[in-house]
Amino acid sequence: MAAPSVIVDKGKGPEEIALITGSEAIAVACKLADVDVITGYPIRPYDTVMQYIAKLIADGEFDCEYIVAESEHSQFEIVKHASVVGARVFCGSSGVGWMYAFEALTVTPALRVPMVAMVGNRALDDPGAFGVEHNDALAVRDLGWQLVWVDNAQEALDTALIAYRVAEDRRVFLPCAISCDGAFLTHSQGLVKIPSQEKVNSFLPRYDRGDLLLHPDNPITVAPQANEDWLMEIRRQTAAAMERSAGVIREAYRDFERIFGRSYGNPFFEEYETEDADVVLLGMGTLSTPVKVAIRKMRQEGKKVGFVRMRWFRPFAAEELAQCLGRFSAVGVIDRDFSLGAPFHSGVLATEVRAALCSSTKRPPILGFICGLGGREVTLPDVEKMTGIVYEAAAGKTQPPTQWIGVRE
Amino acid sequence: MGRLFAVEIVYRGIFQKTLAKNISRAIVLAAHEEGKPGISFGRYGDSPERNGIPAKSFAIVATDSLTLEEGMAKYEPKEVDITIAVDDTLCKGVESWAWYGLQPINRLLKPNSTLIVTSRQEPETLIEMCHRKEYPYKLAIVKGIPSFSGLWVYKDDHTDARILGAISNILPELFSLESVQRVIKRDTNGDLKAISAARSYERISTVTVRPDQGNPEKPYHFEMPKWHEMRDGITIPSIAPGHAMKDPQNQTVGGFQPARNPTFKKFSTRTMRPILNFDTCIKCTLCWLQCPDSCFDVTPEGLYDANMEACCGCGVCEAVCPVKDCVTMVNEVEFHDNASQWEMWRKDKEGYLAFLNSKIEERPERSHGFRYRGQYQEQIAEMAKPSEANAD
Repeated sequence: MAAPSVIVDKGKGPEEIALITGSEAIAVACKLADVDVITGYPIRPYDTVMQYIAKLIADGEFDCEYIVAESEHSQFEIVKHASVVGARVFCGSSGVGWMYAFEALTVTPALRVPMVAMVGNRALDDPGAFGVEHNDALAVRDLGWQLVWVDNAQEALDTALIAYRVAEDRRVFLPCAISCDGAFLTHSQGLVKIPSQEKVNSFLPRYDRGDLLLHPDNPITVAPQANEDWLMEIRRQTAAAMERSAGVIREAYRDFERIFGRSYGNPFFEEYETEDADVVLLGMGTLSTPVKVAIRKMRQEGKKVGFVRMRWFRPFAAEELAQCLGRFSAVGVIDRDFSLGAPFHSGVLATEVRAALCSSTKRPPILGFICGLGGREVTLPDVEKMTGIVYEAAAGKTQPPTQWIGVRE
Repeated sequence: MGRLFAVEIVYRGIFQKTLAKNISRAIVLAAHEEGKPGISFGRYGDSPERNGIPAKSFAIVATDSLTLEEGMAKYEPKEVDITIAVDDTLCKGVESWAWYGLQPINRLLKPNSTLIVTSRQEPETLIEMCHRKEYPYKLAIVKGIPSFSGLWVYKDDHTDARILGAISNILPELFSLESVQRVIKRDTNGDLKAISAARSYERISTVTVRPDQGNPEKPYHFEMPKWHEMRDGITIPSIAPGHAMKDPQNQTVGGFQPARNPTFKKFSTRTMRPILNFDTCIKCTLCWLQCPDSCFDVTPEGLYDANMEACCGCGVCEAVCPVKDCVTMVNEVEFHDNASQWEMWRKDKEGYLAFLNSKIEERPERSHGFRYRGQYQEQIAEMAKPSEANAD
């Protein structure tokens, strides 16, 4: 089903340019990162990455152990074990497939397994919709998984390389899931610069598990059963690793810019037209495109609107975000997820943003929007409507804390 | 603030789990007869489904519910009014399934509070087995062998009633004999069990154990590491490789002694230990092969010495040994240390033989658990003897 890649600029420039989907970009990153063990189990939309990896192997471009497991649970267990014996690993899933792997997902951070996974974001069943919702990846938000959202294929490729660099850093050793919106990113092709192998090699050191390597020369037991006398210390260790992650992410983006010449600015969130903005919208993933276009349109009408796109959700850059958002007179958070029964019935992102700003002295009103669920398009009028509500709040008019946008009513 | 009472019941694994629960429940119910609230629970971190492993149940009672709540705010009591050991070999100390090191059986006793043990032994023998305590405490013996009343089917041998009767004498503030008899009668047909409690109430006596009495050894313990001192990734280093043994007589080096976990020894699971006859050993290797705890050290001359720091007392070695009386399981109360039998034998063969014969001469046919069909029925008959003596 995945369209073959089309190399449109082979050999002419310093880098190849390929027309590939977000999934395919991550498959290319796996090849460039020389991943040792990959497991797959098909579920849409994640399976596009499986297909492209299979093609790279079949074409003789990529050499790795490629195992199609009998379930997502086995899929994640296999790479967990492979990582413990020193293999660089890749894995992924979507929607309820990711949920089926949940037990394996929970044990991975505590074992300090730097697994990199792709989540092709998909609505959870029922009703078995294929389209994007972020609830699948967000389900692991409390467990020690690093979570990052990307909004285009180039960023998918780059972030996959950065994810290996961060996850496999001895100070971190935590898994990282890269979220790619189903359809909008997993199934749409864009022009992607493919970095050279030499640059990737200089950016990404080999995976060294050190004293945690399970090997006859380093005889250890991994994951013995332990009781209440040990568990809190183990959790504290995992928490400390997550606390160190933010610094390692910053280092990785700095090195990425130095080696590849491509800058992402602030690694944790992207700011668009925020410099002089009165109000901003905030969201994750590919809804950035309609939001940015709508903002350009609204700016022509004299409305000073900006957009903040969260990349890293775990670790969550709370202080930086609070500083950023404190500059505006109101903030609208667009959740492509739901968190039923949460404070104010908001989505996950809105609740987290409110928490981040809680102790801040400059605390603008924060409106929660539930929008684009199940892959429903976030339209330009939707964005304008949300912006209007945010402006009302900025003007001091009380607004419902959570509103559903784009639902038939 | 009213008065808080705490009682712990230390028991062994699966065959005594229900017994311990029955005792702790009856304590709470008997105290409740007198208007005192209470709770009964088993220590959650234990693994009592394993045969022989030391585990605990607790009964917490108070004169009012606010005081009870203060007692419940600590998950496990830090001090108790009574410790009950329903197997006398527990007097050597207990090591939980968790890594706490070896805990003296009298560890939680308040000054002048009482350790109740079910045993056929004399007080002197039990006092020698218990670790020394910095202040005096009392020892009371309920005469009888350890009760294996079972887990799924509770085979009643009145051990619980006799212990409860003893408590009503030792700590009448907790509950009276009449209260506990009412509780017992509610659960049984006839008065027999309530009479057992009364007999025990009448006959129980205590001796005071002074701080200079008992096992002077300091039980092994270790410090729990801080979170940043622990290896991360839930990894632990393997046990180091073993090393050769050294003959204490002629300094010959050879054989193999495996290195063992220095912080989790498990030997307090043992109620019987194998006694070895090195003169009749044919070096068939079966004990060494079959031991589930790798407890056999290989000596320089190729004999097999059961290491008492590692032996859990399962008796497999005795069962597989093809030579008569070469491996004999003997009750743990016969011994006062974990010294190497092989070293003893090497130093004085005649003396060792005399020691061996004295130990295996009148060995009882039992270990923890049952080794043949019908053993329990035989034991019930034996258990009944002291009760009959009491009844006359």
